[in-house]
Amino acid sequence: MKATKHIKTLNNANLKESAVKGGCGECQASCQSACKTSCTVANQKCEK
Amino acid sequence: MIHKYRLGGYSICLDVHSGAVHVLDDAAYEILDCFDDNGPLPDELPERVTEKLSGRFDEGEIEETWEALLELQGHGLLYSPDDYEQFADMMTRAPIKSMCINISHDCNLRCEYCFAAKGDFGQGRCLMPLETAKKAIDFIIANSGTRRNLEVDFFGGEPLMNFDVVKQTVEYARSIEKQYNKNFRFTITTNGLLLDDDKIDYINREMNNAVLSLDGRKEVNDRMRVTPNGKGCYDVIVPKYQKLVAGRGDKDYYIRGTFTKYNLDFTNDILHFRELGFDQLSIEPVVSDPKLDYSIKDEDLPRVFEEYERLADTIIASRRRGDRYNFFHFMIDLNQGPCAIKRLRGCGCGNEYVAVTPQGDIYPCHQFVGMEQFRMGNLNDGTFDTEMKLDFAKANVYSKENCRDCWAKFYCSGGCNANNYQYEGDIRRSHKTSCALEKKRLECAIMIKAALAEDGDAKECDGDDCIEPCSILK
Repeated sequence: MKATKHIKTLNNANLKESAVKGGCGECQASCQSACKTSCTVANQKCEK
Repeated sequence: MIHKYRLGGYSICLDVHSGAVHVLDDAAYEILDCFDDNGPLPDELPERVTEKLSGRFDEGEIEETWEALLELQGHGLLYSPDDYEQFADMMTRAPIKSMCINISHDCNLRCEYCFAAKGDFGQGRCLMPLETAKKAIDFIIANSGTRRNLEVDFFGGEPLMNFDVVKQTVEYARSIEKQYNKNFRFTITTNGLLLDDDKIDYINREMNNAVLSLDGRKEVNDRMRVTPNGKGCYDVIVPKYQKLVAGRGDKDYYIRGTFTKYNLDFTNDILHFRELGFDQLSIEPVVSDPKLDYSIKDEDLPRVFEEYERLADTIIASRRRGDRYNFFHFMIDLNQGPCAIKRLRGCGCGNEYVAVTPQGDIYPCHQFVGMEQFRMGNLNDGTFDTEMKLDFAKANVYSKENCRDCWAKFYCSGGCNANNYQYEGDIRRSHKTSCALEKKRLECAIMIKAALAEDGDAKECDGDDCIEPCSILK
């Protein structure tokens, strides 16, 4: 984690990169894991 | 666009379109407070900002912080532009890869809040014949294109009431998966009543995931989850779940509960799950008519928010004691989560994901079952409404009016289309209460990451909550 005096960045932000490389479609449908009544996608795993 | 908030003693800034998460000090937070969340920052620090903050911070500190913020912006980690709409139509003609097989439209419980009308989805109690289940497997194989991983969830009603057909369906799928170059992943969602040693062994051998329904403390569970005679099921199911989980090995499972207005202190239910030895946990707000006395209403939101914060604090405290467990809705992978394409569209219901009934009817998902206007076709007569599939495919965060400019759009991905329809009458009109809950959960989830990062918990990372060193600014 990069720490400056004022700002710590927690992650490698790769959302833009993933838009170009992504879309293989092999990942789990989010509702199949546990929820069944709501939608959270950010906790799903990427299959790549 | 950014979203910044203070929670748990942390000042957090999410850069929506890069996915970067920053923990700020007061100077950085208050400088950003002087600008619109849509940015960008100007090249020069405006005098009005210096004047406003001069009583709080000295000039050198303001200038130094400003430079750090500009550097982030320069690296595309702050106020990064929204250029994802060009991808919104990708994968609209996607194959079908996930299926919910309602193997039983009968149930041996009569849970008060059941969205399946106490098990039969309002269609009469019945079990799926094996022939229909085989057609469902044939359907997903035939419509899955080049997708290799196919997910099938045995759902209901109560799937264990038709367990022989479950087993024969798995056997059938396994017998043909290789010839079609497919890999079936099975899930079963059960209320646990009919579990016995043989079924537990079978589930632990064949099911990649087991979703086990339990609402929490005995009095909480038994108030809503009752037999037709009105008797609570806690005492019967808990020992069976403990046995199943003990033999689960490295396969997935979730203890899945529902909270209602009656247990807004649901952190106590999570803690009870821990006392029972479970560590993969989910508790979700009830989906119900707001007129019902147990429903979660807008007026309850402040209390629910407070409870999510309490749960987040509890999880952090547990982790600091070395006690690790997952709460499904606080799990978030800031580094290797789903790609942006997936995040544009979310669960994929009606497009990549469908549900089938014992009669062979096909619906966009299990929550649409029984709504005639959403019947997409039937396995027995070979019909399938590709226009409806396309309509669901196009329901993405850019075609949903309230999502386009929402900071949470890449985390909930437009929310639950079924909830949108049930509460707002349109799959593209976001259900505001669900949105508010989701945003609060996300804020808590990110705050937990900030707290664990401060602890240096990255060393203990197991992938679910990985916090890798950021190399971008090195």
